[in-house]
Amino acid sequence: MNDKKLYLALFILALAAPAVLYPVFLMKVLCFALFACAFNLLLGFAGLLSFGHAAFLGTGGYVTGYLMINAGLTPELGILAGTLAAGLLGAVYGKLAVRREGIYFAMVTLALAQLAFFFYLQAPFTGGEDGLQGVPRGELFGFIDLSNNLAMYYFVLAIFVFGFWLIRRTVHSPFGQVLKAIRENEPRAISLGYNVNDYKWLAFVISSALAGLAGSTKTLVFQLASLNDVHWHLSGEVVLMTLVGGMGTLLGPLVGAGAIVTIQNYLSGGELGNYIHIILGAIFVVCVLAFRSGIVGQFQKMLKQNF
Amino acid sequence: MKAMQKSLMTAAVVAATALSGAAQAEGISDDKVKIGVLADMGGVYADICGPGCVTAVEMAVEDFGGSVLGKPIEVISADDQLKPDVGSAKVRQWIESEQVDTVAGLVSSAVVGAATKVLTDNKKIALISTAASNAFTTSSCSPYNVHWTYNVTAVANGTVKPMVQAGKKKWFFITADYAFGHALEKVATDVVEQNQGEVVGAVRAPLGTTDFSSYVLQAQASGADVVALANAGADTVNSLKTAAEFGLTQTADVAGLLVFTPNAQAMDPSTAGGMTLTTGFYWDYDDATRAWSARFKERHGAIPAMGHAGAYSMTMHYLKAVEAAGTDDSDAVMAKMKEMKPDDFFARNATLRADGRMVHDMYTVKIKNPDERRDGDDIFKVVDVLAGDQVYEPMLPECNFAKS
Repeated sequence: MNDKKLYLALFILALAAPAVLYPVFLMKVLCFALFACAFNLLLGFAGLLSFGHAAFLGTGGYVTGYLMINAGLTPELGILAGTLAAGLLGAVYGKLAVRREGIYFAMVTLALAQLAFFFYLQAPFTGGEDGLQGVPRGELFGFIDLSNNLAMYYFVLAIFVFGFWLIRRTVHSPFGQVLKAIRENEPRAISLGYNVNDYKWLAFVISSALAGLAGSTKTLVFQLASLNDVHWHLSGEVVLMTLVGGMGTLLGPLVGAGAIVTIQNYLSGGELGNYIHIILGAIFVVCVLAFRSGIVGQFQKMLKQNF
Repeated sequence: MKAMQKSLMTAAVVAATALSGAAQAEGISDDKVKIGVLADMGGVYADICGPGCVTAVEMAVEDFGGSVLGKPIEVISADDQLKPDVGSAKVRQWIESEQVDTVAGLVSSAVVGAATKVLTDNKKIALISTAASNAFTTSSCSPYNVHWTYNVTAVANGTVKPMVQAGKKKWFFITADYAFGHALEKVATDVVEQNQGEVVGAVRAPLGTTDFSSYVLQAQASGADVVALANAGADTVNSLKTAAEFGLTQTADVAGLLVFTPNAQAMDPSTAGGMTLTTGFYWDYDDATRAWSARFKERHGAIPAMGHAGAYSMTMHYLKAVEAAGTDDSDAVMAKMKEMKPDDFFARNATLRADGRMVHDMYTVKIKNPDERRDGDDIFKVVDVLAGDQVYEPMLPECNFAKS
């Protein structure tokens, strides 16, 4: 019951936020939050550390961008296409990756993501280092002009809420319970008769499709799909966001993404701009050493102990 | 009900006045002229146009007197981190919530491509000092783009043409494997072929390669007269070093297609000495360049690269145009910028064409040998001055924004 009140409060806060904060910044936070939530579905609930999630974000972005520029799709169809493409790529990559566990799983996903990176670097339609520029935001359902930042913001918010709802639904479903069982004790899940690889694969596909959804949305917001979206740096950043916020908690990635994006945004303009990677690295180390359960995880622990 | 109608009317009138005010845009908007400097503050191009470009723009503002038409001039800056998304987001934020009137600096072609799209959408002027691509005044030209210092066509023409005409017919390219390198290679190849030269081969090396030995060996095996380095920054320095180690510099000419002053300073003079290249500016050209460069060095700690001087020159020209136009409205200022002839220590025999390309004298220089150098800053010997219309591409009809 408390959960519902908390979500409602957050939702109202999100509705009012653009009155105070710059909408494009908020949209960036929401896109990365959705990306981190999707990643967390794998890491936090299935115990799978994918180190190549940027490939799905980038695929969603490139496909949406390309189709919107060249095929003149409306935004909702463009995003749908990007999400599907990322889901398909996830289905292929997942099939290969879930056959291995632990560090090997991470390495396989990283290697596959690098394949995607070099594909996008060389493929003529992506514009290489220049990226896909000038993606039109278009008109949602043909009549809502998204070039208005506020309209765009509420559209992004709707997408985020949908993505978050889907993840929450997945986690609390019987399917989600099986994922947690696999995370806790894989041999036991096998002995109970679950086809563990199929479960992992499906979680991987859902996660990559949602990452693609985040990437497609991000491309619309910034009107740009670039190599940074598929670079392994971003795969690392999403791990950082999830860990700082709280792995395995639903709200953790949202908080983590908010924190990291804010820090990046704040530092990039100031004197400390050159040290941005060092500062993020230090935060990561402190986070792993001192409060391993992340901001939200720590908060929940405190609530449990004191109330 | 009446009161309601009345207040509605008032609101409508107020809104209409506000709108018409925005449309006319007489005088200076927001009571200040604000220049955003977007550059690479900590990445591989930071020496070429990073904090130095901010310094150069600030110097221009100070030399202009700090105010225009009685309103203060403000300079803000940001790091694009060499990422198109970061750069375009920053520019968008500047325009939407910080009343920035124009964006100067603009280094990596990838970032500039994204940033100029945002600027054009919002009818704000892009003052491009250091980007290499010629796209901003050709394939993706815009009435709001000003491209100042140089471009790939100018450096390729300036360096390649005289060499081919002097009998160096066989060319081999070592190219940085991304958009900029490909563009540079393509432009240079065209120049070689137009002058009856021949390209005997090309290899693509990833950006940031440190071991160039296999590429240099291929170049050596090709039997080319000239090995052209279609790369920039540290890649140029490293590939040249390897070429020297393998003795390539003795059997063939090595031409750096795009070398900035800080890169030339980083090269070993005993291997780089004698190399020919084209630049838009050299600090030690005459008294005017020396005077400005001395002031720049005092503040920045190093001699200016061409992007720095370009950033100063174009900021100055922009401010003069604002003063002449009596407004900071982009269309009016742009018309003035193109009408007035840029003329300072940097821009010689210069015109700002209707497509936004600033055409000015370029310099063919040779890197000095160790025994010719007075000190660490004495790196180039100017061997030729190239008239701008000889090296820049002619204006495309679809990019002629003169009468729109």
